[in-house]
Amino acid sequence: MSTEEKAAAAASAANGNGNGNGNGTAAQGLSIVARTQGQLVRRRFFRHRGAMISLTILVLVILLAYTSIGFAGIPGWWIWNYYTPGKVVNRGAPTLSLWPTFLGGDGFAIGEHPFGQDDLGRDYFALTMRGAQISILIAFVVGIVGTLIGVIIGALAGYYRGWVESGLMRFTDVMITIPILVIAAVLGQKFGGAGPLVLAIVIGLVLWTGLARLIRGEFLSLREKEFVEAARALGAKPTRIIFRHILPNTVGVITVAATLLIANAILLETALSFLGFGVRAPDTSLGLLVSTYQNAFATRPWLFWWPGLFIITIALTVNFIGDGLRDAFDPRQNRVRA
Amino acid sequence: MSAQAVPTPSSYEHLLDVHDLVMEFPVKGGGIFRKVIGKVQAVSGVTMYLDAGETLGVVGESGCGKSTTGRAILQLHKPTSGSVTLRGKELTTMSNEDLRGVRRNLQIVFQDPYASLNPKMPVNDIIGEALKIHGLWEKDGLDRVGDLLKLVGLSPEHGNRYPHEFSGGQRQRIGIARALALEPEVLILDEPVSALDVSVQAGVVNLLEDLQDTLGLAYFFIAHDLSVIRHISDRIAVMYLGKVVETGTRDAVYNEPKHPYTVALLSAAPEADPNSERSRQRIMLTGDVPSPLNPPSGCRFRTRCWKAQDICAAEEPPPIDHGGGHLVACHFPVTDISKETASAALHAARGFSSGDPREGRQEALRRVESVESALDIAKGPVGGGGG
Amino acid sequence: MTVPPTTPPDDVPGGSVYGPAAEEATELFQIYEPPDGAELAAARGKSISSVGSVEVLKVEDLTVGFPTEDGLVRAVRGVSYSLHEREVLGIVGESGSGKSVSSMAVMGLLPKGARITGDISFRGTNILSMSKQEQRSLRGRKIAMIFQDPMTAMNPVYTVGFQLAEAVLSHEVMSKKAAMARAEEMLNLVGIPQPKERLNSYPHEFSGGMRQRAMIAMAVINNPDVIIADEPTTALDVTVQAQILEKLIEVKDAFNAAIVLITHDLGVVAGMAHRTLVMYAGRPVELGKTEDVFYSPRMPYTAGLLGSIPSAGETGRLRPITGAPPSLINLPDGCPFSPRCPLATDICRTVEPELAPTDAPDHLGACHHWDRLAAAPDPTAFFRTESEARR
Repeated sequence: MSTEEKAAAAASAANGNGNGNGNGTAAQGLSIVARTQGQLVRRRFFRHRGAMISLTILVLVILLAYTSIGFAGIPGWWIWNYYTPGKVVNRGAPTLSLWPTFLGGDGFAIGEHPFGQDDLGRDYFALTMRGAQISILIAFVVGIVGTLIGVIIGALAGYYRGWVESGLMRFTDVMITIPILVIAAVLGQKFGGAGPLVLAIVIGLVLWTGLARLIRGEFLSLREKEFVEAARALGAKPTRIIFRHILPNTVGVITVAATLLIANAILLETALSFLGFGVRAPDTSLGLLVSTYQNAFATRPWLFWWPGLFIITIALTVNFIGDGLRDAFDPRQNRVRA
Repeated sequence: MSAQAVPTPSSYEHLLDVHDLVMEFPVKGGGIFRKVIGKVQAVSGVTMYLDAGETLGVVGESGCGKSTTGRAILQLHKPTSGSVTLRGKELTTMSNEDLRGVRRNLQIVFQDPYASLNPKMPVNDIIGEALKIHGLWEKDGLDRVGDLLKLVGLSPEHGNRYPHEFSGGQRQRIGIARALALEPEVLILDEPVSALDVSVQAGVVNLLEDLQDTLGLAYFFIAHDLSVIRHISDRIAVMYLGKVVETGTRDAVYNEPKHPYTVALLSAAPEADPNSERSRQRIMLTGDVPSPLNPPSGCRFRTRCWKAQDICAAEEPPPIDHGGGHLVACHFPVTDISKETASAALHAARGFSSGDPREGRQEALRRVESVESALDIAKGPVGGGGG
Repeated sequence: MTVPPTTPPDDVPGGSVYGPAAEEATELFQIYEPPDGAELAAARGKSISSVGSVEVLKVEDLTVGFPTEDGLVRAVRGVSYSLHEREVLGIVGESGSGKSVSSMAVMGLLPKGARITGDISFRGTNILSMSKQEQRSLRGRKIAMIFQDPMTAMNPVYTVGFQLAEAVLSHEVMSKKAAMARAEEMLNLVGIPQPKERLNSYPHEFSGGMRQRAMIAMAVINNPDVIIADEPTTALDVTVQAQILEKLIEVKDAFNAAIVLITHDLGVVAGMAHRTLVMYAGRPVELGKTEDVFYSPRMPYTAGLLGSIPSAGETGRLRPITGAPPSLINLPDGCPFSPRCPLATDICRTVEPELAPTDAPDHLGACHHWDRLAAAPDPTAFFRTESEARR
């Protein structure tokens, strides 16, 4: 008897005997508006006020940074660039004024150099934007590289266990015990001159450890789940189990961890550049700007504040978005006891 | 006829034969290399068989190794020793590649309908995956999935929904459909209805019975619910701490239980009948199941058994046939249940914690107070009345 | 190889230490005389009538709602019951019926977001209108709770003795030593061997059954009037379950406490409860003496539930109730059971029936057509035939 025949026979048998929980149940149980997991997560994320505000601000900052002075040869709308020196006007003080006239201020005005000028007369707004571009670029590349490595190592260790796990996790432990800043500084000094992209990859090679541990933990628990056992019982090969069954169920954890990794990367890049191991002149980054003008803090504080403000804004908004994602992926929110 | 005969590959006696199956799990210590510091024997020499089209009910309490046995048969855990043969072919020594072929014939349905379906996959993919893995997915693949859904009493239109949109009973049906996709002969049902509400359980049990009738499936039905096991099984194996203590036909095990553990288990199961519940006398076992890390010597049940004697600690009782394949592994099989109820009560009373003999006696008196009902157990066994 | 059957050694009654035991047992029978049916009934009747007349707990029109993203989940919709001294009230229902939530409300253990209305009074005083301080002193002392999973209900970092003593000290002024002595006494009472040594054990060093015993000890250590037991034996094996239930009854009698027993296991309720409350979709649908509810159900849901359990005598097909329980967010109009009920008529789909007296004043049912069940000699069988006829 072929499957079809068997199926038809049994189906008619089941229905003929008035199988109680059959179609009636199906129709009824599904009368509630059903949403996919993804829809639920999206809905929760969009309702997370802090995350939404942060996301808006971050998008605005990214747009501002990349459109204002242009990027990769594409010209921007801002009149100055970040490398041509000019005549220093009024000790390079910012011309931006947000103080309205009725409160005794100068009224709203952008002026010639809203963020002021540096020692060489370069427009500080353009410089800050360039710094933000590089910092954001590095952060995202680090996020991608670190997540990839972390997921691969964590997944292998968590799925195969045994000596694979021991080897990979001991390696991870060794990486964790060495202070990140020290490794990054050594690598940064070697590769910092090779441009921000190389620097980003190098930092990514250092920052994956936390993610690897997290993913390993997820894999360890998911591989014992019954649906994974069911796949093994069907005869599925490891690659299928890893990519079709386990990995899709770790998307939430990976997304949250990657976001927080990006926030971390921004701070690490800042610290490295501040110490002189990161991005080098003539290019610039937010960390480098802060470091260059740390001595001007007392006399020309805007040279310190502007890049600082952007570092804080980017790091904070990314962190808030990470929090929002974590809340959105957390299934415990909807749990009701009965 | 004997369950212990090792079948030769060319001819086989039973569809599925499990012989002296042992399953050990290492216990790892702390430290860097996590050295193995001991082992838990979850299954210690289990021998049982399953014929085509029949249902073997495997009962026992948590930790008795019944689920591990099921998984070891499927080679989801590699058994430590022993043999599992399906149609005369030895599974324990097979390569993964060959096992993949065997798995078409041997499938499993899990207990927890919430954990056993991948939440990120729509139902069509969950059921169709089996076909894809075995290269059976053709143009009509979706239709076959639809047929399978119909087969388990669901509508094919629901195939593109995700598991969380279904109720527990429906999910369990999806799990059954997945197991049936490869047209197996043997289904291992690991507590398939334990996680479901009572009114839904009945529907799934009915479905399983219908499928067995139409598709000629053999069931290895693992459960702790004695009433469900009694309803669905042809034969029953009772497990305790990794061993089979009693096997036999359903009627033999339920009506004339011979192993003290079976007797106690049957007498402890509550039934939904207030009068018989209140009047009946239970055999109250003392204590809990011992740890499988350090099982008792000899008979493993002796630490809780009211009939235990020196020989029980010294010698492990072999399974003895009491007629019709009713195998009982006990030095002192039960013959008269009513008598046992009283002596078990007395035994429990003696072991009573306070150590005050008077209190123990009081306890014993209270326990044997309505001994008449114990006689009822002997006549019509547990669950005599019904609702 | 077939091993020949051995001679059962029963003709030699034990032959060792247990030999005299069997004799003693027979002797006991003679002292006690196997009671005949009437005597047995009298003995059982005694335990039923031993329920006091004083009402200790009264729940009136309790509702609990949880606001969620999808709307208000109406988990409990108007539960009312009363509990008398030494009484065991069984609350049965399937998952999502609101049986646990209603008792969590009594214990004040619901999350902050929960919306609770109605009255819960303990010996005449309304708990919900009390100050937080007063509520706390009542809960744990006069109303105690036993949870399903003792492993999560006990703190793993403290010894069992410490936790028991803590339970006493948080409600009474006494020395630590006296509290420990009380703890030891309680462990002994619930049948834990070597209680003194066991005081210094941590919860994970106990087996499942022992932990549940310790949990019972903790619940009764302050001599409570009401014990709420939420699925106390669901996590345990049958042979251990029997021990624990018996211990629970013993302890109840020793302390004159009343028990609210919440479970999905009809067998447990049948053996333990004086009265039974059946819940469905957040509402009580039947309340009465356990025998009445089990032998002459007056709500089709109860009849269907009882009929769906596999029973010993039958080998035929089981009779599930068609359909699934409704969503608590989006309840159907009228009786929530009407979509699954073979007796449902138009009125059932428009008007939700109140829980009202049926053929006996103390047997309440929430059904427009309870009289049809009453007219049938066996309501469970009647429900089955009706269900089949409707298909």
